[in-house]
Amino acid sequence: MCGAPAQSPNLPAGTDLTKETVIYGVVSAAGAPVPSAYVRLLDGTGEFTAEVVTSATGNFRFFAAPGSWSLSVLHKDGSARGEVTADGPGLFEVSLSLA
Amino acid sequence: MSRADVLVSADWAEENLNSPGVVFVEVDEDTSAYDGGHLAGAVKLDWKTELQDQVRRDFVSKEQFEALLSAKGIGNDDAVILYGGNNNWFASYAYWYFKLYGHENVKLLDGGRKKWELDGRELSKDAVSRPATTYTAKDQDLAIRAFRDEVVAAIGVKNLIDVRSPDEFSGKLLAPAHLPQEQSQRAGHIPTALNVPWSKAANEDGTFRSDKDLLELYTEVGIDDAKDTIAYCRIGERSSHTWFALHELLGFQNVKNYDGSWTEYGSLVGVPIEKDV
Repeated sequence: MCGAPAQSPNLPAGTDLTKETVIYGVVSAAGAPVPSAYVRLLDGTGEFTAEVVTSATGNFRFFAAPGSWSLSVLHKDGSARGEVTADGPGLFEVSLSLA
Repeated sequence: MSRADVLVSADWAEENLNSPGVVFVEVDEDTSAYDGGHLAGAVKLDWKTELQDQVRRDFVSKEQFEALLSAKGIGNDDAVILYGGNNNWFASYAYWYFKLYGHENVKLLDGGRKKWELDGRELSKDAVSRPATTYTAKDQDLAIRAFRDEVVAAIGVKNLIDVRSPDEFSGKLLAPAHLPQEQSQRAGHIPTALNVPWSKAANEDGTFRSDKDLLELYTEVGIDDAKDTIAYCRIGERSSHTWFALHELLGFQNVKNYDGSWTEYGSLVGVPIEKDV
C-alpha cells in the first residue's frame, strides 16, 4: 500500500513527505475513473475529518496523520467504503470502486 | 424564525433559478469550482479575494462590501440564496457575513453543491452577468462577531464550542485533512471549550439535520441559550455553519462566531491552550 505508487498524487510544491501523511487514490466504476465523487475521511471512531471531491481523473488526496482511517464515497451512481492504516508519514494509496 | 425563513430546498432552487428578485450566489473554498459548472444564473463570490481585506487580516469595509455587491448586481431587496461546496462551509460563512453587514433576505440552499450534484441536477458553464446595483450596507452587527479578547475572557465563563474534527481539537491535526498540515501555530484547543464537530449538525448529503436532532445534539453536551455562546474552528467558516444551526435554525439569541478562530488563537502569545495528544 505504501512504497512506490504506480501513480503519484498531485501534491502542492514543498510538501514534506517525511512529515505529511498523505492518503490518496482513485475512485472508479467498472474500471473507469469517476469524477465529482464525494470522498470522506473518517477517523478511528468514525467521525468526519475531511471531505474532497474527486478530480476529472477520479483522484482524491488527504493530508492526515499516522493512524487508522476509513474512507466513504458518495456519488449519484453509487457508493464505496475503504480502510487504510498509515504507520507513519508518507504516501498511502487506496483504490475505491463504486458499487 | 423558522427553517423556511433561512433555508431553501434543492427543489425550490431548481424552480426559482430564473425568478426575479432571487439571486443565487456560489461561495467555495475551492474558488475554481464555480468555473467547472454552477447553478444557472448564479454569480460567484470569492471568499479569499473579495470578502477579505487584501492587506490587513480582516473583512472588507462596509464601503468595499457595498461596492462588491453593487458590482455583482445584488440589490438590497434581493433574496440572496447562498450555496457552495464543503457541505456549505463557505456559503454559511458568507451567510453570516451578509448578516454581519445587515442584508435582510438571505438564505442557504440546503445541502449546497453536494446534494445538488448527488441528485444529478443540472450545472451550467455559461458566463453570468447582472446589471450593477447601488447596494447600501449597514454597520457590522457585532452582536454576532467575537474578537480574541472576548474569547480569552470567555474561558470558563461562556459556552465555547470548538466545531473542528476531534483530531484537530485534540491537537493531532492542525487543519482539516484535505489541507497540508504544516502550520506555524500551536495545536490544541481553548480550555473549557466543548468539541461538537460541525459535521454532527449535517446529514451525509450536506443538508442540515432536523431541529429536533440539532437541539438534542447541543443540549446533550450542555449548551443552551441561558449562557452566551462563542463558536470557533480554524478560520471561521465551519463555525459559521454551527452559528447558523444555533442562531438561525434553533433561534438561540446569544451566539457569536469567532472568525479569527484557531489560526489566530493558536498563534497568540501567552494564552492558555489544552492539548490531548
